[in-house]
Parts: sequence; C-alpha cells; structure tokens
Amino acid sequence: MTGPLVLETLGLTKSFPGVHALRNVDFRLYAGEVHTLMGQNGAGKSTLINVLTGVHSHDAGEIRVDGRSVRFAAPLEAEAAGIRTLYQEVNLCPNLSVAENIFAGRQPRRRGAIDWKAIHAGAKEALAQLNISLDVTQSLDTYPIAVQQMVAIARAVSVDARVLILDEPTSSLDDSEVSKLFDVLRNLKQSGIAVLFVTHFLEQTYAISDRITVMRNGEREGEYLAKELPVDELVRKMVGDVPVAAERTRTAAGQGTAAEHSSPRFDMRGVGRRGAVQPIDLTLEPGRIVGLAGLLGSGRTETARLLFGADRADTGTVTVDGKSVKLGSPRHAVKHGIGYCPEDRKKEGIVAALSIRENIVLALQARLGWWRPLGRAKEKRIAEHYMKALGIRARDIEQPIELLSGGNQQKVVLARWLAIDPKMLILDEPTRGIDVAAKFEIMERVMQLCAKGLGILLISSEISEVLRVSDRIAVLRDRRKVAELSGDELDEHAVYRLIAGGEA
Amino acid sequence: MISRWLQSVARHPLLWPVVTLVLLFALDVAHRHDFLAITLLDGHLFGAPIDILNRAAPLVVVSLGMTLVIAVRGIDISVGTVVAIAGAAAAILLAGDPSRVGIALAAALGVGLLAGAWNGLLVALVGMQPIIATLILMVAGRGVAQLLTGGQIIPIGARGYLRLGDGFIAMVPCAIWIALAVVVLTSLLVNRTALGLLVRAIGVNPIAARLVGLRSSAIMFGIYVFCGLTAAIAGILTSSNVRSADGNNAGLLLELDAILAVTLGGTSLAGGRFSLAGTVLGALIIQTLTYTTYSIGVPPEATLVVKAIVVLVVCVIQSDRARDLITGLLTRLSSPLSSTRARTEVQ
Repeated sequence: MTGPLVLETLGLTKSFPGVHALRNVDFRLYAGEVHTLMGQNGAGKSTLINVLTGVHSHDAGEIRVDGRSVRFAAPLEAEAAGIRTLYQEVNLCPNLSVAENIFAGRQPRRRGAIDWKAIHAGAKEALAQLNISLDVTQSLDTYPIAVQQMVAIARAVSVDARVLILDEPTSSLDDSEVSKLFDVLRNLKQSGIAVLFVTHFLEQTYAISDRITVMRNGEREGEYLAKELPVDELVRKMVGDVPVAAERTRTAAGQGTAAEHSSPRFDMRGVGRRGAVQPIDLTLEPGRIVGLAGLLGSGRTETARLLFGADRADTGTVTVDGKSVKLGSPRHAVKHGIGYCPEDRKKEGIVAALSIRENIVLALQARLGWWRPLGRAKEKRIAEHYMKALGIRARDIEQPIELLSGGNQQKVVLARWLAIDPKMLILDEPTRGIDVAAKFEIMERVMQLCAKGLGILLISSEISEVLRVSDRIAVLRDRRKVAELSGDELDEHAVYRLIAGGEA
Repeated sequence: MISRWLQSVARHPLLWPVVTLVLLFALDVAHRHDFLAITLLDGHLFGAPIDILNRAAPLVVVSLGMTLVIAVRGIDISVGTVVAIAGAAAAILLAGDPSRVGIALAAALGVGLLAGAWNGLLVALVGMQPIIATLILMVAGRGVAQLLTGGQIIPIGARGYLRLGDGFIAMVPCAIWIALAVVVLTSLLVNRTALGLLVRAIGVNPIAARLVGLRSSAIMFGIYVFCGLTAAIAGILTSSNVRSADGNNAGLLLELDAILAVTLGGTSLAGGRFSLAGTVLGALIIQTLTYTTYSIGVPPEATLVVKAIVVLVVCVIQSDRARDLITGLLTRLSSPLSSTRARTEVQ
C-alpha cells in the first residue's frame, strides 16, 4: 500500500543550551502513508519537526529526501523540497479571500497585473482535489476553523507537495470536523503524499495512522504499525516506566503540618464559562496538591484562569473558607492570596526587559500600589533572598530576566508569587520547556511549599509528573471534569484510560 | 578595560542625545563666538542659552507627559489642542477681571485635567486605540478653542499672569523655573514611588502586568490625566509668553514636536523603555535646532528640511542595528589585539 521512502533521518541530533532535544533519532516516512508522531511534551516531537522543516538546523546526523542528503537552512528551503507544514493555529490571513490565501505570494500574473480569473479557478481546483467546494471569493474568516484548516492544507499541497506535516491540527476542532479533516488526509494519501501527523489524541491516532513513531526524552522509542500496537502499550511506551510509589510517602509527612497552618480552603462550585469550560467543582486545601490532568484543549488552563479571575466565569461560586468571594480579576485573586504561574511563560509570565529583582517584586508592589514603594534596599533583600532560596542561577539580581534559561525564568516567576506570601498557587505547566534537572528541582520546591501548608493546583501534560506529586487528580476531557481520583485510585493507567475516553 | 568602558559609553541611552546637543552648540559657537556668553542686565540673565531654555520650556513640560503616555504603549496627539483650550480659558476669565489670576490658572489646569480624563477614559477604560481616541480631542478640541475665543486672538493684560511668561525669579526667567519644577516633580513621581517600575512593566508586557494583579487601566488613566495637565501648563506658559490666547494657532503641531522630543531622547515608541532625562534633552535639541537654523542663516523656507534631516540622522543612529555597529567599531578600534584573538578563536 505504501510507496517509496520519501523522507528519512539518520542519527539526527540537536541540542539547545542545557537540553538534549534530539538524540540519535532515526525516522522514516513513506509516500502514501499517514505516520503519527507520539510522545509527551518535551519528548522531542516539535524539535524533530522544526529540524525537518528548516526552522532549526541539526547538529549531527543526516536528513535524506528521496535518498539525497539535504540540510535546510531556512523554512523556504524545506518548502522548495516539497515539505509543507501546518501548525496548530491556522497561519493564514482571515481578512483575505479563500482564493487569495491559497495563492498569496505566488499570484499568477497576466501582463503585469494579477490574473484573478486564474486565481479563482486555481483555488477551486486545489480545493476540489480535497473534495471540498467553497465560494473562494469569500473572505476566509466567514468560514469555521475547520474549513480554514482545509484551505491551509489546499495551499500547502497545491504545488509539488511531497510531505505534509500537521502539528496538532485537531486541537481546536470538534468530532465531525475532525472526521472531515481525516477524509481529506485519506485523499492526500491516495494521491501519494506522505503525511506526518502529530497529535495528543490517542483515538485519532488509531483512526488515521498507518504507522506510529513514539518519542521519549529526545530519543526514538520505536516505530510500530498502528494495527499491531494496542493502546495501553502505546501509552506505556510514551510514558516509560516511572516509579510512582516511591514518591507518594510525602503526603503522609505533609499532613501533620498542614493541619496547623491557617491557610484557607478554596472551593469552586459549578464554576464555568461558555466556550471555555463546563461548570466544574474543585476543592483546594492547604498542604495539598491537586493535579489537573487532561490533554491539550481539555479545559485545564481555562479552569485555572477562571479560578484566578483572568477570565470571568459565567456561572458558579468560589468560596474561601466557606465565605463567598468575587474573583472578577487577577487583582481580586491576588488579594485573596492566590498566585498564578501561567502556561506561556514568555508571553504572560515574565516581563522580559526588566531585571530579576524587578520581576520578583512586581506582584508584591502591584498589591501595595504605586504610591507605596518597597524601596531599593528592600527590593534587593527580597530578590536576593529568593535567588538563594530557589537556587536561581544568574550573574546578579540586576540581570534582565530574558537572558536566563527557561528553568531560571520559571523560578523567578515562582519567587514573584512567594514574595506575596500566597495562600494558594496555581502552577500551569511549571516545567514546560525546562531541562530535566531543573524540572525536578522545581517540583521539589513545589512539594516543600506544599508541606509548609500552601495549597497547590498543578497543571501538567506530563501525567507522570502529576501522579508523582498530587494528592488528588481531577481528570478533564472535552472541557469537562470527568473524574476525580485520590488515594489508591491514583494509577497511571486509570488516568490514561479516563483521558482517552474510557471509564475509570 | 578601556574597551569595556567605551562599550558602556557607546551603549549608554543618553549618549546620542548629548552628542547631538553638543554638536549643535559647537556649530553655534563656531558661527558666533559669543554664543555661550550670558550677560547680567538689570538683574536678569540674558544670552542665547537662556533664550533657548526659556523658549523650550512649554515643549519640555508637554514632552514629559508624552513620555509616560508612550511608555505605557499609548500616544496623545491632543496636547497641542489642550494648550490652545487652556490658554483660551485663562484669557477669557482674565478678560472679565484681570485680577482673578488664581482662578484663571485653576481654570486652565482644570481644562487640562478634564481633557486628560477624557482621553484616559477612552483609552484605558473603553479600550480605544490611543491614536484614534486622542485624535477625537485633537480635532474637536481645536473647535472648542475656536468657539471659546470666537475665532479671535484674545489679548491678555493681567500683570500677574504675564509674569509667568516674561518675568524673572532670581535672575532666571519664570518659565525656566516652572519647567524645572515639572521636571523635578515628574522624576520624583516616577522614581520615588513605584510608578516607574509599574509603568515599565505595563509597557513591556501588558498581559503579564495584568496577571500579577496590577491595576493597569487605573494607572494608564492617571497617566493620560497627567499628560493633560502638562499640556495645560504648557498652554499657560505659551499664552502668557505671547500675551494672548489664539484658538487657531496656539500649540499647533506641538504634539508632533513632543513625540519627536520623546523619540530623540531614546524612549521606545513600542513602550516600556523610557527616559525622562532623554526627553528633556530631546526637547532642548529641537529648540536649539530651531535657534541654530535661524542664527546661521538657513533660509526660513528650508528650516523644516534641515530639522528633518537632523532628526532622521539621530533616530537612525539610535536604532539597535546602528548601535551594534558603532559598539563593534569602537571595540575593534580600542583593542585591535583582543579582537584578532577573538577572530582566531572563532576559526
């Protein structure tokens, strides 16, 4: 069924400062197949794709296209070789017409002017090949996301495509849209294009894939035929063998001190927001870590943002020690002692051009108001204290935060909240994009804080991490809480089954 | 060691504003050797530098407000109009009763506060784009000023009011003292409170600023009010200096000079990075440039072109690329040895 080998990597290696992102990866892609790349966050999927598409260049190893060794210095070179990529978000111009989007940058011309007839006919034809018919003169934003995605695919494959790479294309689609997308992919497969598919969704993997490559910790764990790999086997290969039991003793030790601490208890009852997350119940107690598990787009971050007041909830109430409170903005949440380390550290967490000192005192200063400055000496004391306490590695406290590594930036954001003496911390993917050593260090700090009586809501895509430290885990799927596990129920396979759509 | 020092000088944000100002002064001195001479006459100081400072005063004051607005990713193009309205308000009250100087001043400042609050409301609370929000007042406010003055130039004769524009305190013109006071107060406001930190946080990353619990919109509102206030002070200085209020022409295009002063001073139009000292230098550069083009005899019709060229050069030199280039050049010049070593290491 599958055709010749189109794309191949041999011993591909790529490292970033402090991280081995890819180690010795062999990967094969055949014409006419759908090949899915699976792995947890940080497994190296994105890096592999970035190297294949010329975003990064590899340090060692070889990429071969049709048996010829190549090296892409820029995305355009990969594109010229027939490797086309679609990212998670649709990368088109919503205000232009469908036809303009398909031909943007390579408009056919007639006597110097743009040949609109050819554009419209060409766009129709490109879509027809995918079995789609649209009014191509309408602007793109009149169509739903799923259709926009198809347009993006039509643009990608309309000229000499050999390989189509789809990086989590389904995270914003509903079921019927996904099946439409898959029809398109099957069409492409028939016409001999090699499709490389990246997703977190297990079901979808099996619905469309011929072959699966599993990545773990920057290495290729293995390559399998989809029909020969049962789902729990796949999950085990992604996660690896993680010793879960050893770490759970912490809970018992933490309990004694937790009871003495006066931190309040936070209750969310039926808190929801249309289009973001269905009404959800969640209780956070002092000295406890509650994990939120679920795939990307399952409503984890949305839940956290509602609790922090970053988005306004339409329904439900939040109580602190039984007293109903209004959390309409982050400022209210901070007043009640809630801190939030956001998922996108660069965009929402750090204030890039400011120094470590300024970043650390920011939340405290914001709470004091502008007319009550902490003063340079006190700022310095606070910053130096946390730099030492959290082991932030930097030249000094005046270094701009943008120059630090991801792990150290995360510690600074953590320090910012510790400085306000919080009652509860929301940690959204605190270890994303951080090298393994720093990852463990940060989780170690989090557990220490918890033992001191701080309540923690932990969101992480790494189920093993959530399992390792959480007292309870709420599992989310499709923007809804499907189960809450505690005690003996905290079992990796149970969590994966729930995430994948089964029963506990 | 020397190269490190040179590098830090080359990187210093105030380097180019200072160099530009010094060059302009040098040009003036070359043309007229007694340019820097200051004489004492009737207990008052006179001379070209004093004259430049005196005339730059309104621009310095407005530019300080503009600096903070730009630092929080905004812009206020209505300041020229506010200058006209504030002047008109004072002139009308003084025309009724020349002894009510205090009330006239309060009215002018009140106009500024009101205008700033209006802009702040539209930008910080309604969420309009700053350039559009302030464009409304820029256009409509000019009309208000014309209505107030009835399209006429209203002369001002109140002695007390006029002293602000042409009087002297301790031998130095009042306007300079007032500008100095605004500079000092603004810098205290920014540096002695936490405002500077919070403004930079909002300017660099407004999303993160909101997520740390900062009242970004309240701070932005306050900054627009402050900017309106500085425009009103400039309006008082201007109307007092020319002894009249002119609804049509007072403060015309002042907003552009203010933006220019802010830019010349090294404040980033993208928000976040700002320098009050740089802005003061920027305003002085603009005024000195105007003075210089006249004094060295550039024909009046060519002055704007000359101004544009100087501004262009300074802005290009301040860009990140040009700065890297110059820093690199300085390093290489100061230590040819270490740079060749560096090159062999790379190979």
